[in-house]
Amino acid sequence: MARQENDGKSIIVFSGDLDKAMAAFIIATGAAAMGSEVTMFFTFWGLNVLRKSGPVAVSKPLLDRVFGWMMPKGPDRLGLSKMNMGGAGAGMMRFIMRKKNVMPLRKLIDEARDLGVRMIACTMSMDVMGLKQEELIDGLEFAGVASYLETAEKCGVNLFI
Amino acid sequence: MAERYVNCKGLQCPGPLVQVAREARGAATGDILVVEATDIGFKKDVAAWAGKTGNELLTLEEADGVITVRIRVSR
Repeated sequence: MARQENDGKSIIVFSGDLDKAMAAFIIATGAAAMGSEVTMFFTFWGLNVLRKSGPVAVSKPLLDRVFGWMMPKGPDRLGLSKMNMGGAGAGMMRFIMRKKNVMPLRKLIDEARDLGVRMIACTMSMDVMGLKQEELIDGLEFAGVASYLETAEKCGVNLFI
Repeated sequence: MAERYVNCKGLQCPGPLVQVAREARGAATGDILVVEATDIGFKKDVAAWAGKTGNELLTLEEADGVITVRIRVSR
């Protein structure tokens, strides 16, 4: 079947909360499974979803380094938007989701990549938050607002999460 | 025209959809996918998926908490 015009989906991932990031990736993988072109644009706290969990050797100023320590490193470290309780809530949520066989966020990210979802990291936010390309997972594009808007114009669904 | 069995039992949304999409991609036109799933949301979702992707939902049955659908891969 020919792809309709404006069939694309774009999702801005602004939040670095586990629950919101999961919602974003469930929509993204679902849309990709339904044959749509999907673009995810990661900005501000959303960039933490894409961080590698292990230590990455990069040289950067002290302030950037401190910022990096304070923010969660990757999908396994994110907190909940509600009832996080210093991370206890997020741990409980992960336990329940594992028990109920819900795909963990890390797996959802892999599925999304496998299905050809485009992931763009906002370079301005990366600079503000002191995150280097090497600290983020592979397979990303690096761009700014014009790239997002160019994509969004071709999409019938544009979400901000 | 082959028949392929797709086991999605126990998978939560969007797991079954992703599995079905993957199998459909690997199948030839005219192949039949027989999908079993336990997520009740899949009943509506699989119809939406089939409509959107241009594949044909032939039958949908539910027994003992298992949803069985037959899909003809049409493209």
